[in-house]
Amino acid sequence: MADLTDLYQQIIVEHNRSPRNFKRVDDADRSAEGYNPLCGDRIELFVKLDEDRISDIGFQGKGCAISQASASLMTGAVKGKTMAEAEALFHRFHGMVTSDPASPADASLGKLAAFGGVRQFPSRVKCAILSWHTLHAALSKPKSAPVSTE
Amino acid sequence: MRGVSVATSVPPSPRPAAPRSFDAERVRADFPALHQTVHGKPLVYLDNAATSQKPRSVIDATDRYYAQQNANVHRGVYYLSEQATEIYEGVRGKARAFLNAREDREIIFTRGTTESINLVASSYGRMRLLPGDEVLVSAMEHHSNIVPWQMICDERGAKLRVIPMDRSGDLLLDQVPQLLTERTRMVALAHVSNSLGTINPVREVIAMAHQAGVPVLLDGAQAVPHLPVDVLELDVEFYACSGHKMFGPTGIGLLYGKADFLEAMPPYQGGGDMIRTVSFEKTTYAALPNKFEAGTPNIAGVAGLGAALDYLSALPRDQVAAHEADLLAYATEQLAAVPGITLIGTARHKASVVSFVLDGVHPHDIGTIVDQEGVAVRSGHHCTQPVMEFFGVAATTRASLAFYNTRADVDALVAAVRKVKQLFGRAG
Repeated sequence: MADLTDLYQQIIVEHNRSPRNFKRVDDADRSAEGYNPLCGDRIELFVKLDEDRISDIGFQGKGCAISQASASLMTGAVKGKTMAEAEALFHRFHGMVTSDPASPADASLGKLAAFGGVRQFPSRVKCAILSWHTLHAALSKPKSAPVSTE
Repeated sequence: MRGVSVATSVPPSPRPAAPRSFDAERVRADFPALHQTVHGKPLVYLDNAATSQKPRSVIDATDRYYAQQNANVHRGVYYLSEQATEIYEGVRGKARAFLNAREDREIIFTRGTTESINLVASSYGRMRLLPGDEVLVSAMEHHSNIVPWQMICDERGAKLRVIPMDRSGDLLLDQVPQLLTERTRMVALAHVSNSLGTINPVREVIAMAHQAGVPVLLDGAQAVPHLPVDVLELDVEFYACSGHKMFGPTGIGLLYGKADFLEAMPPYQGGGDMIRTVSFEKTTYAALPNKFEAGTPNIAGVAGLGAALDYLSALPRDQVAAHEADLLAYATEQLAAVPGITLIGTARHKASVVSFVLDGVHPHDIGTIVDQEGVAVRSGHHCTQPVMEFFGVAATTRASLAFYNTRADVDALVAAVRKVKQLFGRAG
Protein backbone atom coordinates (compact mmCIF):
# COMPACT_ATOMS: atom_id res chain seq x y z
CA MET A 1 0.00 0.00 0.00
CA ALA A 2 1.24 3.44 -0.93
CA ASP A 3 2.11 5.60 2.02
CA LEU A 4 0.77 9.14 2.04
CA THR A 5 3.72 10.41 4.00
CA ASP A 6 5.89 9.28 1.06
CA LEU A 7 3.91 11.55 -1.23
CA TYR A 8 3.37 14.41 1.19
CA GLN A 9 6.80 14.45 2.76
CA GLN A 10 7.38 17.16 5.32
CA ILE A 11 9.57 19.15 2.94
CA ILE A 12 6.80 19.14 0.31
CA VAL A 13 4.12 20.25 2.75
CA GLU A 14 6.45 22.95 4.03
CA HIS A 15 7.42 24.27 0.58
CA ASN A 16 3.75 24.29 -0.40
CA ARG A 17 2.97 26.39 2.64
CA SER A 18 5.93 28.76 2.17
CA PRO A 19 7.11 28.56 -1.41
CA ARG A 20 10.60 29.94 -2.12
CA ASN A 21 11.26 32.32 -5.00
CA PHE A 22 7.54 32.97 -5.27
CA LYS A 23 7.92 36.22 -7.19
CA ARG A 24 7.91 37.81 -10.58
CA VAL A 25 11.35 38.67 -11.96
CA ASP A 26 10.64 41.91 -13.75
CA ASP A 27 13.78 41.98 -15.89
CA ALA A 28 13.60 38.28 -16.72
CA ASP A 29 15.29 37.17 -19.93
CA ARG A 30 13.13 34.09 -20.26
CA SER A 31 9.64 33.21 -19.14
CA ALA A 32 7.13 30.47 -19.77
CA GLU A 33 3.75 29.32 -18.54
CA GLY A 34 2.78 25.79 -17.62
CA TYR A 35 -0.73 24.42 -17.25
CA ASN A 36 -2.05 21.08 -16.10
CA PRO A 37 -5.68 20.95 -17.24
CA LEU A 38 -6.35 17.87 -15.14
CA CYS A 39 -5.68 19.61 -11.82
CA GLY A 40 -5.88 23.19 -13.02
CA ASP A 41 -2.29 23.72 -11.80
CA ARG A 42 -0.73 26.86 -13.24
CA ILE A 43 2.90 27.95 -13.15
CA GLU A 44 4.40 31.11 -14.53
CA LEU A 45 8.18 31.01 -14.51
CA PHE A 46 10.70 33.86 -14.86
CA VAL A 47 14.40 33.32 -15.51
CA LYS A 48 17.13 35.94 -15.36
CA LEU A 49 20.32 34.94 -17.14
CA ASP A 50 23.89 36.06 -16.65
CA GLU A 51 25.34 34.81 -19.92
CA ASP A 52 24.33 31.13 -19.73
CA ARG A 53 23.98 31.03 -15.96
CA ILE A 54 20.61 31.31 -14.13
CA SER A 55 21.26 34.30 -11.92
CA ASP A 56 17.71 34.68 -10.68
CA ILE A 57 14.51 32.69 -10.99
CA GLY A 58 10.99 33.16 -9.71
CA PHE A 59 7.58 31.62 -10.16
CA GLN A 60 3.97 32.41 -9.56
CA GLY A 61 1.14 29.99 -9.67
CA LYS A 62 -1.71 28.13 -8.08
CA GLY A 63 -2.32 24.47 -7.76
CA CYS A 64 -1.94 21.37 -5.67
CA ALA A 65 0.75 20.97 -3.04
CA ILE A 66 2.85 18.72 -5.28
CA SER A 67 2.97 21.21 -8.15
CA GLN A 68 3.69 24.23 -5.95
CA ALA A 69 6.32 22.51 -3.80
CA SER A 70 7.96 21.13 -6.92
CA ALA A 71 8.22 24.61 -8.43
CA SER A 72 9.59 25.99 -5.18
CA LEU A 73 12.25 23.30 -4.79
CA MET A 74 13.13 23.46 -8.47
CA THR A 75 13.85 27.19 -8.35
CA GLY A 76 16.18 26.62 -5.42
CA ALA A 77 17.92 23.75 -7.19
CA VAL A 78 18.64 25.54 -10.48
CA LYS A 79 19.50 29.03 -9.24
CA GLY A 80 23.19 29.63 -9.97
CA LYS A 81 23.38 26.70 -12.38
CA THR A 82 24.16 26.99 -16.09
CA MET A 83 21.38 26.33 -18.54
CA ALA A 84 23.04 23.05 -19.52
CA GLU A 85 23.26 21.97 -15.87
CA ALA A 86 19.58 22.88 -15.32
CA GLU A 87 18.58 20.89 -18.41
CA ALA A 88 20.57 17.91 -17.17
CA LEU A 89 18.80 18.17 -13.81
CA PHE A 90 15.43 18.27 -15.62
CA HIS A 91 16.28 14.98 -17.33
CA ARG A 92 17.40 13.34 -14.11
CA PHE A 93 14.29 14.55 -12.26
CA HIS A 94 12.08 13.36 -15.10
CA GLY A 95 13.84 9.99 -15.06
CA MET A 96 13.38 9.68 -11.31
CA VAL A 97 9.63 10.47 -11.12
CA THR A 98 8.86 8.14 -14.02
CA SER A 99 11.03 5.27 -12.77
CA ASP A 100 9.80 2.03 -11.18
CA PRO A 101 8.33 2.83 -7.75
CA ALA A 102 10.12 -0.21 -6.34
CA SER A 103 13.55 1.23 -7.20
CA PRO A 104 15.14 3.67 -4.77
CA ALA A 105 14.76 7.38 -5.61
CA ASP A 106 17.94 8.91 -7.01
CA ALA A 107 19.51 10.16 -3.77
CA SER A 108 21.98 12.32 -5.68
CA LEU A 109 19.01 14.59 -6.45
CA GLY A 110 19.17 15.74 -2.84
CA LYS A 111 16.00 17.50 -1.67
CA LEU A 112 14.39 16.80 -5.04
CA ALA A 113 14.41 13.09 -4.20
CA ALA A 114 11.42 13.91 -1.93
CA PHE A 115 9.31 13.68 -5.09
CA GLY A 116 10.16 9.99 -5.48
CA GLY A 117 6.88 9.37 -3.61
CA VAL A 118 4.77 10.40 -6.60
CA ARG A 119 5.82 7.23 -8.39
CA GLN A 120 3.24 5.37 -6.29
CA PHE A 121 0.54 7.84 -7.37
CA PRO A 122 0.60 7.81 -11.19
CA SER A 123 -2.10 10.50 -11.50
CA ARG A 124 0.15 12.92 -9.62
CA VAL A 125 3.37 12.56 -11.63
CA LYS A 126 2.23 15.38 -13.92
CA CYS A 127 1.86 17.68 -10.92
CA ALA A 128 5.49 17.10 -9.92
CA ILE A 129 6.87 17.51 -13.42
CA LEU A 130 4.90 20.59 -14.51
CA SER A 131 7.37 23.21 -13.27
CA TRP A 132 10.27 21.33 -14.85
CA HIS A 133 8.56 21.21 -18.24
CA THR A 134 7.92 24.90 -17.86
CA LEU A 135 11.61 25.52 -17.10
CA HIS A 136 12.58 23.40 -20.09
CA ALA A 137 10.28 25.50 -22.29
CA ALA A 138 11.65 28.76 -20.90
CA LEU A 139 15.24 27.70 -21.50
CA SER A 140 14.54 26.25 -24.95
CA LYS A 141 13.51 29.46 -26.60
CA PRO A 142 13.35 33.12 -25.72
CA LYS A 143 9.54 33.25 -25.92
CA SER A 144 7.44 30.15 -25.91
CA ALA A 145 3.79 29.24 -26.00
CA PRO A 146 2.28 27.93 -22.74
CA VAL A 147 3.20 24.30 -22.14
CA SER A 148 0.49 21.91 -21.18
CA THR A 149 0.72 18.50 -19.57
CA GLU A 150 -2.07 17.25 -21.85
CA MET B 1 -29.83 4.60 10.24
CA ARG B 2 -32.38 5.67 12.80
CA GLY B 3 -35.00 3.04 12.31
CA VAL B 4 -38.46 3.11 13.86
CA SER B 5 -38.60 0.05 16.02
CA VAL B 6 -42.04 -1.44 16.32
CA ALA B 7 -42.55 -3.53 19.40
CA THR B 8 -45.74 -5.27 20.37
CA SER B 9 -45.77 -3.51 23.73
CA VAL B 10 -46.11 -0.09 22.09
CA PRO B 11 -49.63 1.15 22.74
CA PRO B 12 -51.70 1.75 19.62
CA SER B 13 -51.30 5.28 18.35
CA PRO B 14 -54.10 7.37 16.89
CA ARG B 15 -51.66 8.66 14.27
CA PRO B 16 -51.01 6.64 11.14
CA ALA B 17 -47.79 4.66 11.30
CA ALA B 18 -44.73 6.63 10.23
CA PRO B 19 -43.47 5.55 6.81
CA ARG B 20 -40.84 2.88 7.17
CA SER B 21 -37.41 4.37 6.79
CA PHE B 22 -35.38 3.39 3.78
CA ASP B 23 -33.09 0.42 4.26
CA ALA B 24 -29.89 1.54 2.50
CA GLU B 25 -27.96 -1.48 3.79
CA ARG B 26 -30.38 -3.79 2.04
CA VAL B 27 -30.15 -2.06 -1.36
CA ARG B 28 -26.35 -1.98 -1.11
CA ALA B 29 -26.47 -5.74 -1.53
CA ASP B 30 -27.77 -5.16 -5.07
CA PHE B 31 -24.61 -3.26 -6.12
CA PRO B 32 -21.61 -5.58 -6.52
CA ALA B 33 -19.06 -2.80 -7.02
CA LEU B 34 -19.81 -1.32 -3.60
CA HIS B 35 -18.46 -4.43 -1.91
CA GLN B 36 -14.73 -4.08 -2.39
CA THR B 37 -11.76 -2.67 -0.61
CA VAL B 38 -9.58 0.11 -1.99
CA HIS B 39 -6.06 0.56 -0.56
CA GLY B 40 -7.09 -1.94 2.10
CA LYS B 41 -10.15 0.07 3.19
CA PRO B 42 -13.82 -0.58 2.38
CA LEU B 43 -14.83 1.48 -0.66
CA VAL B 44 -16.90 4.56 0.20
CA TYR B 45 -18.26 5.65 -3.15
CA LEU B 46 -19.26 9.31 -3.10
CA ASP B 47 -18.86 10.25 -6.77
CA ASN B 48 -22.37 9.44 -7.91
CA ALA B 49 -22.80 12.71 -9.78
CA ALA B 50 -19.97 11.57 -12.08
CA THR B 51 -21.41 8.10 -12.49
CA SER B 52 -23.46 5.81 -10.32
CA GLN B 53 -22.77 2.15 -9.55
CA LYS B 54 -24.90 -0.49 -11.24
CA PRO B 55 -27.23 -3.00 -9.63
CA ARG B 56 -26.77 -6.68 -10.47
CA SER B 57 -29.97 -6.61 -12.56
CA VAL B 58 -28.46 -4.02 -14.93
CA ILE B 59 -25.23 -5.97 -15.29
CA ASP B 60 -27.24 -9.15 -15.91
CA ALA B 61 -29.47 -7.50 -18.52
CA THR B 62 -26.43 -6.30 -20.47
CA ASP B 63 -24.76 -9.71 -20.19
CA ARG B 64 -27.94 -11.52 -21.17
CA TYR B 65 -28.30 -9.44 -24.29
CA TYR B 66 -24.80 -10.33 -25.49
CA ALA B 67 -24.90 -13.93 -24.29
CA GLN B 68 -28.36 -14.88 -25.52
CA GLN B 69 -30.19 -12.15 -27.41
CA ASN B 70 -27.59 -10.47 -29.58
CA ALA B 71 -28.91 -9.47 -33.01
CA ASN B 72 -29.43 -6.19 -34.78
CA VAL B 73 -32.71 -4.37 -34.33
CA HIS B 74 -35.30 -3.27 -36.88
CA ARG B 75 -33.85 -5.47 -39.61
CA GLY B 76 -34.01 -9.22 -39.49
CA VAL B 77 -37.18 -11.21 -39.80
CA TYR B 78 -35.61 -14.00 -37.79
CA TYR B 79 -36.32 -14.85 -34.20
CA LEU B 80 -33.29 -13.27 -32.53
CA SER B 81 -33.62 -9.96 -34.33
CA GLU B 82 -37.29 -9.79 -33.51
CA GLN B 83 -36.46 -10.49 -29.88
CA ALA B 84 -33.74 -7.80 -29.82
CA THR B 85 -36.14 -5.32 -31.40
CA GLU B 86 -38.76 -6.20 -28.83
CA ILE B 87 -36.32 -5.56 -25.96
CA TYR B 88 -35.15 -2.32 -27.54
CA GLU B 89 -38.61 -0.92 -28.21
CA GLY B 90 -39.87 -2.26 -24.89
CA VAL B 91 -37.31 -0.09 -23.08
CA ARG B 92 -38.49 2.91 -25.08
CA GLY B 93 -41.91 2.26 -23.60
CA LYS B 94 -40.42 2.01 -20.11
CA ALA B 95 -38.56 5.28 -20.62
CA ARG B 96 -41.77 6.93 -21.81
CA ALA B 97 -43.53 5.75 -18.66
CA PHE B 98 -40.57 6.75 -16.47
CA LEU B 99 -40.60 10.34 -17.77
CA ASN B 100 -44.38 10.28 -18.24
CA ALA B 101 -44.17 11.28 -21.89
CA ARG B 102 -47.29 10.98 -24.02
CA GLU B 103 -45.94 8.74 -26.78
CA ASP B 104 -43.08 6.28 -27.25
CA ARG B 105 -41.92 8.11 -30.37
CA GLU B 106 -41.09 11.13 -28.23
CA ILE B 107 -38.24 9.13 -26.65
CA ILE B 108 -34.94 9.12 -28.58
CA PHE B 109 -32.06 6.89 -27.53
CA THR B 110 -28.74 8.74 -27.52
CA ARG B 111 -25.26 8.13 -26.14
CA GLY B 112 -26.06 10.28 -23.12
CA THR B 113 -27.08 13.74 -21.99
CA THR B 114 -24.26 15.34 -23.97
CA GLU B 115 -25.44 13.81 -27.22
CA SER B 116 -29.07 14.61 -26.40
CA ILE B 117 -28.22 18.29 -25.99
CA ASN B 118 -26.00 18.30 -29.08
CA LEU B 119 -28.85 16.77 -31.05
CA VAL B 120 -31.24 19.57 -30.09
CA ALA B 121 -28.64 22.35 -30.38
CA SER B 122 -27.56 21.16 -33.78
CA SER B 123 -30.91 20.18 -35.29
CA TYR B 124 -33.24 22.73 -33.72
CA GLY B 125 -30.53 25.39 -33.79
CA ARG B 126 -29.83 24.91 -37.49
CA MET B 127 -33.53 25.12 -38.23
CA ARG B 128 -34.40 28.02 -35.99
CA LEU B 129 -31.41 30.27 -35.21
CA LEU B 130 -30.73 33.38 -37.29
CA PRO B 131 -28.07 36.06 -36.87
CA GLY B 132 -28.85 38.12 -33.77
CA ASP B 133 -31.01 35.43 -32.16
CA GLU B 134 -30.32 34.38 -28.60
CA VAL B 135 -30.07 31.21 -26.56
CA LEU B 136 -30.47 31.56 -22.81
CA VAL B 137 -28.55 29.27 -20.43
CA SER B 138 -27.75 29.66 -16.73
CA ALA B 139 -24.58 30.46 -14.79
CA MET B 140 -24.47 26.95 -13.33
CA GLU B 141 -24.59 24.86 -16.50
CA HIS B 142 -22.34 21.87 -17.09
CA HIS B 143 -20.05 22.45 -20.08
CA SER B 144 -22.27 20.07 -22.05
CA ASN B 145 -25.15 22.55 -21.78
CA ILE B 146 -22.92 25.49 -22.76
CA VAL B 147 -20.57 24.35 -25.51
CA PRO B 148 -23.13 22.81 -27.93
CA TRP B 149 -25.11 26.06 -27.78
CA GLN B 150 -21.97 28.15 -28.18
CA MET B 151 -21.00 26.12 -31.25
CA ILE B 152 -24.36 26.50 -32.97
CA CYS B 153 -24.56 30.18 -31.95
CA ASP B 154 -21.14 30.80 -33.54
CA GLU B 155 -22.24 28.99 -36.67
CA ARG B 156 -25.52 30.90 -36.94
CA GLY B 157 -24.34 34.31 -35.72
CA ALA B 158 -26.51 34.00 -32.61
CA LYS B 159 -25.66 34.98 -29.03
CA LEU B 160 -25.49 33.03 -25.81
CA ARG B 161 -26.96 34.81 -22.80
CA VAL B 162 -26.75 33.77 -19.18
CA ILE B 163 -29.18 33.76 -16.25
CA PRO B 164 -27.06 34.79 -13.24
CA MET B 165 -27.05 33.19 -9.79
CA ASP B 166 -26.35 34.42 -6.28
CA ARG B 167 -23.56 33.39 -3.88
CA SER B 168 -25.58 30.52 -2.48
CA GLY B 169 -26.08 29.03 -5.93
CA ASP B 170 -29.71 30.05 -6.42
CA LEU B 171 -30.74 31.32 -9.84
CA LEU B 172 -31.71 34.99 -9.96
CA LEU B 173 -35.19 34.18 -11.14
CA ASP B 174 -36.27 37.82 -11.24
CA GLN B 175 -33.71 38.45 -14.00
CA VAL B 176 -35.29 35.88 -16.30
CA PRO B 177 -38.14 37.99 -17.75
CA GLN B 178 -35.78 40.71 -18.98
CA LEU B 179 -33.38 38.11 -20.39
CA LEU B 180 -36.20 36.61 -22.42
CA THR B 181 -36.22 38.94 -25.40
CA GLU B 182 -38.00 38.74 -28.72
CA ARG B 183 -34.78 37.22 -30.07
CA THR B 184 -34.66 34.34 -27.55
CA ARG B 185 -35.11 31.03 -29.36
CA MET B 186 -34.31 28.54 -26.61
CA VAL B 187 -33.83 28.32 -22.84
CA ALA B 188 -31.43 25.51 -21.86
CA LEU B 189 -31.24 24.91 -18.12
CA ALA B 190 -29.91 22.35 -15.67
CA HIS B 191 -32.73 20.76 -13.69
CA VAL B 192 -30.20 20.03 -10.93
CA SER B 193 -26.68 21.52 -10.86
CA ASN B 194 -23.91 18.90 -10.89
CA SER B 195 -21.36 21.01 -9.03
CA LEU B 196 -23.62 22.88 -6.58
CA GLY B 197 -26.54 20.52 -6.14
CA THR B 198 -29.08 23.32 -6.68
CA ILE B 199 -32.52 22.09 -7.72
CA ASN B 200 -33.60 24.85 -10.07
CA PRO B 201 -37.12 26.30 -10.06
CA VAL B 202 -37.74 24.82 -13.49
CA ARG B 203 -41.54 25.18 -13.38
CA GLU B 204 -41.20 28.94 -12.94
CA VAL B 205 -38.57 29.25 -15.69
CA ILE B 206 -40.66 27.15 -18.07
CA ALA B 207 -43.73 29.30 -17.36
CA MET B 208 -41.75 32.49 -18.02
CA ALA B 209 -40.24 31.07 -21.21
CA HIS B 210 -43.61 29.90 -22.49
CA GLN B 211 -45.07 33.31 -21.67
CA ALA B 212 -42.44 34.68 -24.09
CA GLY B 213 -43.14 31.90 -26.60
CA VAL B 214 -39.74 30.25 -26.06
CA PRO B 215 -39.19 26.48 -25.83
CA VAL B 216 -37.15 24.98 -22.97
CA LEU B 217 -34.60 22.18 -22.79
CA LEU B 218 -33.84 20.76 -19.35
CA ASP B 219 -30.54 19.00 -18.67
CA GLY B 220 -31.85 16.31 -16.36
CA ALA B 221 -28.63 14.32 -15.95
CA GLN B 222 -28.44 15.06 -12.21
CA ALA B 223 -32.18 15.17 -11.62
CA VAL B 224 -33.37 11.72 -12.68
CA PRO B 225 -31.27 9.84 -10.10
CA HIS B 226 -32.88 11.88 -7.31
CA LEU B 227 -36.29 13.22 -8.30
CA PRO B 228 -39.35 11.88 -10.05
CA VAL B 229 -39.59 13.66 -13.41
CA ASP B 230 -42.87 14.20 -15.24
CA VAL B 231 -42.32 15.89 -18.61
CA LEU B 232 -46.04 16.29 -19.22
CA GLU B 233 -46.58 18.04 -15.93
CA LEU B 234 -43.46 20.17 -16.52
CA ASP B 235 -44.74 20.89 -20.03
CA VAL B 236 -41.08 21.05 -21.12
CA GLU B 237 -40.17 20.79 -24.81
CA PHE B 238 -36.96 18.77 -24.38
CA TYR B 239 -35.57 16.71 -21.53
CA ALA B 240 -32.10 15.12 -21.64
CA CYS B 241 -30.62 12.50 -19.31
CA SER B 242 -27.96 9.78 -19.09
CA GLY B 243 -28.29 6.10 -18.30
CA HIS B 244 -25.04 5.82 -16.36
CA LYS B 245 -25.98 8.43 -13.77
CA MET B 246 -29.26 6.63 -13.06
CA PHE B 247 -27.71 3.25 -12.27
CA GLY B 248 -27.69 2.10 -15.91
CA PRO B 249 -24.82 1.48 -18.33
CA THR B 250 -22.53 4.10 -19.85
CA GLY B 251 -23.01 5.10 -23.47
CA ILE B 252 -26.79 5.24 -23.38
CA GLY B 253 -29.02 8.21 -22.72
CA LEU B 254 -32.42 9.65 -23.44
CA LEU B 255 -33.83 12.64 -25.17
CA TYR B 256 -37.47 13.41 -24.66
CA GLY B 257 -38.91 15.89 -27.15
CA LYS B 258 -42.46 17.01 -27.78
CA ALA B 259 -43.57 15.22 -30.93
CA ASP B 260 -44.41 18.39 -32.87
CA PHE B 261 -40.94 19.79 -32.20
CA LEU B 262 -39.14 16.56 -33.10
CA GLU B 263 -41.22 16.17 -36.23
CA ALA B 264 -40.36 19.64 -37.47
CA MET B 265 -36.63 19.22 -36.82
CA PRO B 266 -34.15 17.98 -39.43
CA PRO B 267 -32.20 14.76 -38.71
CA TYR B 268 -29.09 15.08 -36.53
CA GLN B 269 -26.99 12.37 -38.16
CA GLY B 270 -27.48 10.53 -41.44
CA GLY B 271 -27.10 6.81 -41.92
CA GLY B 272 -28.90 3.52 -41.71
CA ASP B 273 -32.15 3.13 -39.77
CA MET B 274 -33.10 6.81 -40.06
CA ILE B 275 -34.31 6.70 -43.67
CA ARG B 276 -37.48 5.78 -45.46
CA THR B 277 -36.06 5.65 -48.99
CA VAL B 278 -32.64 6.44 -50.37
CA SER B 279 -31.58 7.18 -53.92
CA PHE B 280 -28.60 9.18 -55.15
CA GLU B 281 -30.97 12.01 -55.96
CA LYS B 282 -32.99 12.17 -52.78
CA THR B 283 -33.50 10.59 -49.39
CA THR B 284 -36.69 10.64 -47.41
CA TYR B 285 -36.42 10.24 -43.69
CA ALA B 286 -37.98 7.77 -41.36
CA ALA B 287 -40.70 8.77 -38.94
CA LEU B 288 -40.00 9.37 -35.26
CA PRO B 289 -38.14 8.12 -33.36
CA ASN B 290 -35.95 6.42 -36.01
CA LYS B 291 -35.26 9.72 -37.76
CA PHE B 292 -32.95 10.59 -34.86
CA GLU B 293 -31.38 7.16 -34.38
CA ALA B 294 -28.97 6.71 -37.28
CA GLY B 295 -26.88 3.56 -37.31
CA THR B 296 -26.92 0.48 -35.13
CA PRO B 297 -27.72 1.74 -31.64
CA ASN B 298 -26.29 0.70 -28.27
CA ILE B 299 -28.71 -2.21 -27.89
CA ALA B 300 -26.94 -3.73 -24.89
CA GLY B 301 -26.98 -0.29 -23.27
CA VAL B 302 -30.69 -0.02 -23.90
CA ALA B 303 -31.25 -3.46 -22.37
CA GLY B 304 -29.27 -2.38 -19.29
CA LEU B 305 -31.10 0.94 -19.13
CA GLY B 306 -34.39 -0.96 -19.12
CA ALA B 307 -33.25 -2.87 -16.05
CA ALA B 308 -32.15 0.40 -14.40
CA LEU B 309 -35.57 1.95 -15.04
CA ASP B 310 -37.21 -1.14 -13.55
CA TYR B 311 -34.92 -0.89 -10.55
CA LEU B 312 -35.61 2.79 -9.96
CA SER B 313 -39.33 2.37 -10.50
CA ALA B 314 -39.49 -0.38 -7.88
CA LEU B 315 -37.81 1.79 -5.22
CA PRO B 316 -40.04 3.50 -2.68
CA ARG B 317 -39.34 6.99 -4.03
CA ASP B 318 -40.71 8.83 -0.98
CA GLN B 319 -38.46 6.86 1.35
CA VAL B 320 -35.52 7.37 -1.00
CA ALA B 321 -36.15 11.12 -1.03
CA ALA B 322 -36.32 11.23 2.78
CA HIS B 323 -33.13 9.16 3.04
CA GLU B 324 -31.24 11.39 0.60
CA ALA B 325 -32.50 14.52 2.36
CA ASP B 326 -31.20 13.08 5.62
CA LEU B 327 -27.81 12.29 4.03
CA LEU B 328 -27.57 15.81 2.59
CA ALA B 329 -28.43 17.45 5.90
CA TYR B 330 -26.01 15.20 7.78
CA ALA B 331 -23.13 15.67 5.30
CA THR B 332 -23.69 19.43 5.24
CA GLU B 333 -23.68 19.64 9.02
CA GLN B 334 -20.69 17.33 9.51
CA LEU B 335 -18.51 18.96 6.85
CA ALA B 336 -19.43 22.50 7.88
CA ALA B 337 -18.27 21.63 11.39
CA VAL B 338 -14.71 20.94 10.20
CA PRO B 339 -12.66 24.12 10.77
CA GLY B 340 -11.38 25.58 7.49
CA ILE B 341 -14.09 24.07 5.31
CA THR B 342 -16.27 26.34 3.19
CA LEU B 343 -19.25 24.81 1.44
CA ILE B 344 -19.73 25.86 -2.19
CA GLY B 345 -23.41 25.68 -3.10
CA THR B 346 -25.88 26.33 -0.32
CA ALA B 347 -29.06 26.82 -2.32
CA ARG B 348 -32.45 26.52 -0.65
CA HIS B 349 -33.40 23.39 -2.56
CA LYS B 350 -30.62 20.91 -3.16
CA ALA B 351 -30.04 17.37 -4.27
CA SER B 352 -27.56 15.30 -2.22
CA VAL B 353 -24.41 16.97 -3.55
CA VAL B 354 -21.93 18.69 -1.22
CA SER B 355 -19.07 20.69 -2.75
CA PHE B 356 -16.44 22.24 -0.51
CA VAL B 357 -13.03 23.83 -0.29
CA LEU B 358 -10.58 23.49 2.60
CA ASP B 359 -8.29 26.38 3.54
CA GLY B 360 -4.74 25.89 2.35
CA VAL B 361 -5.29 22.52 0.72
CA HIS B 362 -5.91 22.02 -2.99
CA PRO B 363 -8.84 19.71 -3.84
CA HIS B 364 -6.54 17.34 -5.72
CA ASP B 365 -4.47 16.79 -2.63
CA ILE B 366 -7.69 16.11 -0.72
CA GLY B 367 -8.79 13.67 -3.44
CA THR B 368 -5.54 11.72 -3.29
CA ILE B 369 -5.46 11.59 0.52
CA VAL B 370 -9.08 10.55 1.07
CA ASP B 371 -8.68 7.92 -1.67
CA GLN B 372 -6.09 6.25 0.55
CA GLU B 373 -8.91 5.92 3.10
CA GLY B 374 -11.10 4.23 0.49
CA VAL B 375 -13.21 7.35 -0.06
CA ALA B 376 -13.94 8.19 -3.72
CA VAL B 377 -14.83 11.85 -4.25
CA ARG B 378 -14.44 14.11 -7.23
CA SER B 379 -11.96 16.95 -7.13
CA GLY B 380 -11.78 19.44 -9.93
CA HIS B 381 -13.96 21.92 -11.75
CA HIS B 382 -16.70 19.34 -12.44
CA CYS B 383 -17.00 20.53 -16.06
CA THR B 384 -18.36 23.81 -14.72
CA GLN B 385 -15.46 26.22 -15.08
CA PRO B 386 -17.76 29.29 -15.07
CA VAL B 387 -19.13 28.16 -11.70
CA MET B 388 -15.61 27.86 -10.28
CA GLU B 389 -14.79 31.31 -11.68
CA PHE B 390 -17.93 32.75 -10.08
CA PHE B 391 -17.01 31.42 -6.64
CA GLY B 392 -13.35 32.39 -7.13
CA VAL B 393 -11.99 28.87 -6.66
CA ALA B 394 -9.90 26.76 -9.04
CA ALA B 395 -11.66 23.58 -8.05
CA THR B 396 -13.72 22.00 -5.31
CA THR B 397 -13.99 18.63 -3.67
CA ARG B 398 -17.42 17.16 -4.26
CA ALA B 399 -19.21 14.39 -2.44
CA SER B 400 -22.35 13.31 -4.30
CA LEU B 401 -24.53 10.81 -2.52
CA ALA B 402 -26.89 8.18 -3.84
CA PHE B 403 -29.63 6.24 -2.06
CA TYR B 404 -27.18 3.42 -1.33
CA ASN B 405 -24.96 5.73 0.71
CA THR B 406 -25.27 5.91 4.47
CA ARG B 407 -24.40 8.20 7.34
CA ALA B 408 -21.41 5.91 7.93
CA ASP B 409 -20.13 6.88 4.45
CA VAL B 410 -20.35 10.54 5.42
CA ASP B 411 -18.49 9.77 8.66
CA ALA B 412 -15.73 8.07 6.64
CA LEU B 413 -15.41 11.15 4.43
CA VAL B 414 -15.25 13.53 7.38
CA ALA B 415 -12.66 11.35 9.14
CA ALA B 416 -10.59 11.28 5.93
CA VAL B 417 -10.81 15.07 5.60
CA ARG B 418 -9.58 15.40 9.17
CA LYS B 419 -6.63 13.24 8.14
CA VAL B 420 -5.91 15.70 5.31
CA LYS B 421 -5.76 18.52 7.84
CA GLN B 422 -3.46 16.47 10.02
CA LEU B 423 -1.11 15.73 7.12
CA PHE B 424 -1.02 19.34 5.97
CA GLY B 425 -0.90 20.76 9.45
CA ARG B 426 2.39 19.06 10.40
CA ALA B 427 4.82 21.55 11.88
CA GLY B 428 7.14 22.96 9.27
